[in-house]
Amino acid sequence: MNRVIESDQISISRRILDAFRLDPVLMLLLFLLSAIGFLILFSAGGSNTELMFRQLTRLGVAVGLMVLVANISLRVLKKLSLVFYLVGVLLLVAVIGFGEVGKGAQRWLDLGFLRFQPSELMKLAMPMMIASYLSEKVLPVGWKDLLISSGLVIVPVLLIARQPDLGTALLVGSAGFFVLFLAGVRWKIFMVLGLIASLMAPLLWKFALHDYQRNRILTLLDPESDPLGTGYHIIQSKIAIGSGGTYGKGWLNGTQSQLDFLPERSTDFIFSVYGEEFGFFGAVLLVLLYLLIIYRGLYISACSGDNFGRLLAGALSLTFFVYLFVNTGMVTGLLPVVGVPLPLVSYGGTSMVTLMGGFGIIMAIRSSKRFLA
Amino acid sequence: MAYREQLKDNYQETRLIQRRLIVSAIIVLVLMSIVLGRMYVLQVVEHDHFSTLSNSNRVRLKALPPTRGLIYDRNGVVLADNLPAYRLEIVREQMDDLEQVLQELSSLVEISEQDVKKFRLASKRRRPFESVPLLFNLTDDEVALLAVNLHRFKGVEINARLTRNYPLGKHAVHALGYVARIDERDLNSLDEASYAGTSHIGKLGLEKYYENDLHGDVGYQRVEVNASGRTLRVLDEQPPLPGNNLYLTIDSALQQLAEDLFAEERGSVVAIDPSNGEVLALVSMPSFDPNLFVKGIKSKEYSELRDSSSRPLFNRALTGQYPPGSTTKPFFGLAGLEYSIMGHKQTVYCGGYYLLPNEERRYRDWKKEGHGKMNLNDAIAQSCDVYFYDLSYGMGIDRMSVFMKQFGFGEKTGIDSTGERPGLMPSREWKRGARGQPWFPGETLITGIGQGYMLVTPLQLANATAALALEGQRFKPHLVKTIEFPTEDMELEILPEINGVYNVKKALNWEHVIKAMENVVHGLRGTAHRIAQGITYRMAGKTGTAQVFGIAQDEEYEEDKISKKLRDHALFMGFAPLEDPKIAIAVIVENGGSGSSTAAPIARKMMDAYLLRHNAQQESNS
Repeated sequence: MNRVIESDQISISRRILDAFRLDPVLMLLLFLLSAIGFLILFSAGGSNTELMFRQLTRLGVAVGLMVLVANISLRVLKKLSLVFYLVGVLLLVAVIGFGEVGKGAQRWLDLGFLRFQPSELMKLAMPMMIASYLSEKVLPVGWKDLLISSGLVIVPVLLIARQPDLGTALLVGSAGFFVLFLAGVRWKIFMVLGLIASLMAPLLWKFALHDYQRNRILTLLDPESDPLGTGYHIIQSKIAIGSGGTYGKGWLNGTQSQLDFLPERSTDFIFSVYGEEFGFFGAVLLVLLYLLIIYRGLYISACSGDNFGRLLAGALSLTFFVYLFVNTGMVTGLLPVVGVPLPLVSYGGTSMVTLMGGFGIIMAIRSSKRFLA
Repeated sequence: MAYREQLKDNYQETRLIQRRLIVSAIIVLVLMSIVLGRMYVLQVVEHDHFSTLSNSNRVRLKALPPTRGLIYDRNGVVLADNLPAYRLEIVREQMDDLEQVLQELSSLVEISEQDVKKFRLASKRRRPFESVPLLFNLTDDEVALLAVNLHRFKGVEINARLTRNYPLGKHAVHALGYVARIDERDLNSLDEASYAGTSHIGKLGLEKYYENDLHGDVGYQRVEVNASGRTLRVLDEQPPLPGNNLYLTIDSALQQLAEDLFAEERGSVVAIDPSNGEVLALVSMPSFDPNLFVKGIKSKEYSELRDSSSRPLFNRALTGQYPPGSTTKPFFGLAGLEYSIMGHKQTVYCGGYYLLPNEERRYRDWKKEGHGKMNLNDAIAQSCDVYFYDLSYGMGIDRMSVFMKQFGFGEKTGIDSTGERPGLMPSREWKRGARGQPWFPGETLITGIGQGYMLVTPLQLANATAALALEGQRFKPHLVKTIEFPTEDMELEILPEINGVYNVKKALNWEHVIKAMENVVHGLRGTAHRIAQGITYRMAGKTGTAQVFGIAQDEEYEEDKISKKLRDHALFMGFAPLEDPKIAIAVIVENGGSGSSTAAPIARKMMDAYLLRHNAQQESNS
């Protein structure tokens, strides 16, 4: 049964949304974000309309997927979790064998009719898998389940990290981690894990990271040490944001971006374009919009009727936050340069489709029968 | 049981997850606040700093090199101008591998090591994204060949830029000097800011001496550029100010005549207007084409010039130091009168040689059989050596030295050019200092006929002749008559400057000496009598023949050339017209034999041409 009380006052658009099992609040917020995103992309892309159309097409595909996923029942999603997860892991292994090398990393799998990044699938399959596994268990998570879940998280993360794709590994890993966190893994255990991680850090630094990854972290600490290489991105990004000032230079008037000083300005560094042209006020507004989306997701999670929905909606919302935090932290020079886009704003298709797929899941959770609110 | 347990757990679990969600929400808020705090620091607190950085990113100061001042002769003939010439320029930022590009370019056009060296040097002082010239004055063929291949080379450009040009080539090069690319030595002395964008600098002669006038003031453009350095628009501009133009004292026609008269001979002519020290002609032959140095001379071309036995690069007029020979006789004759050593009527018997007391060595006259009884007039007109041996013996080297220095011998004239040498006027003191030896009486005698240690430059000799013409008033010779300031529409006339005045004890002493010099040309027995044929004005002169020293030891030449190289230098000095001297000339023809046969005719023809034109000008003026 639909929880919404039928009434003559309910608007037509609301009825359409309900018919497609879509959350009106999330839809409004996502629409606003996309609109702002296109505004920035138009400026960052040098007023290139062709670029806009391509992005619009992707958004269309992504929204289509979202609607599709939103209409899958939660029970089916839960059943699909294991399948998705296993297929994802298999494909990740396949990438090692048959993957195509792009930009120095092995990430793509060419299926003949389409090129596909299995790690993107993992962004959804991971939280689904862990949530579905833990939702059957007694919470808070015991040692045995914790170990099994951790294993389920670590294997794909390592496979992605060795492609190497630090950004995606981070997102996939945190998606799994958030499920565990929400499932009530004790604080003590987090502390022990944190201790182990900090002890492992030097070893990871030495053996697990590629040279360029090490460089990025070193460059973060001192961008001037490599002003023409990796540091150039950070320096130019900080100049763009800083020179924007309180109110910004105005739309299409950012000299750093319009005159090509800012690299990767349509993709990973699009937030710098926004900061330069719309200033601190613009940045606060955009961050508020993101926070509303995240909090709406967390709210849906809290209101969900079963553990699978709760864990999954929460983890997906928090993963969305990781995108936002890592990207904005990176362009402001707080975090090292890892390839994480500004969600739903950066130019590029794969992350947009995955993200919208995630929101589709969240909406499916909202419209599931046992939703409480 | 199990079912009940789960129900109980369900409530607890929901509470647990919701607690964790709240914790998450707080962490999210805290972390995003940190990001926004960071934004606040960047955008509000440090805004000014980043604003400056942003502007220095996009706004670039572009140097606009000034146009170098032009050089004209006294009548407005262009001697040095600037023509657009194609240059191969390189923008370092726009290419990945400079070495590879250089290598590939050199397969198309010749690029010497020197070119690359100068390019690297110039690259050091360029601004980012400034193009630096590699090759200058490309030929049409080179331009065509490069132009079709240019698409292969990113950051390589062919640009037409105003470049120094000497339209008359070899003409007057030793007066003008030349410009060439700025080298390491120049960088130490020049002000880098005012030479931003400038590729050439005066290296020699006037071009160097008047560098500050000729160069002009650099201009600037503030331009907005994109990240690849392309200029998008000019924000504002301070235009460069062209250098000042020079009008020389040189008379290009007279200079040309002298150069033509020399033909294949080596030597030098300096002609001066005695009334103000203006240098009318400054000739050093053979000459060379200064345009080679502007383009960047190839090492093969350079070594050919440097190693040529006729030494075209050597500026004989200012730096050539020659024994003056008998051209000194009018001066020493005057000294004899002034020191009252020998009256103008007093005679010396010339028997072909002279003996010092207590010495057996014979000091020969050039005329073996002797001149017979000689007074001052005869001795100068016929260039009797014995007379001057005797006179010098009476005067002594120290008085000779003091006297000659009052005519500028042994010191630089201070001409407005570079490289001038002082010559040498020996004295007892000089010899002790320089050689650590005592002075021998015999050396006084040979100094008296302009041999021995004494050395003069053609410029010195001409200037001393001018001083004779003006009865002791000696100007500082100068090459620039007027400096034109194009930006201020103003001209600065260079005023004559007096280097020294010699006041005679008796005015008649001048007459005696000048009369004798007149007889050199116009007297029946004068040594230069043969140039008097058909002369329409009166002139005073003196021939000289200088023995060549040291050449056989210093240099090795092919046998057929040795005889020529060992021949005497031929000299002539003179001025005209006698009653109102307009021109004083010194001529030196290296290995020219006797002064009367090779040097004097050059002076005569130059005076003819100059005075004829001068008279014509005066007539048309009146």
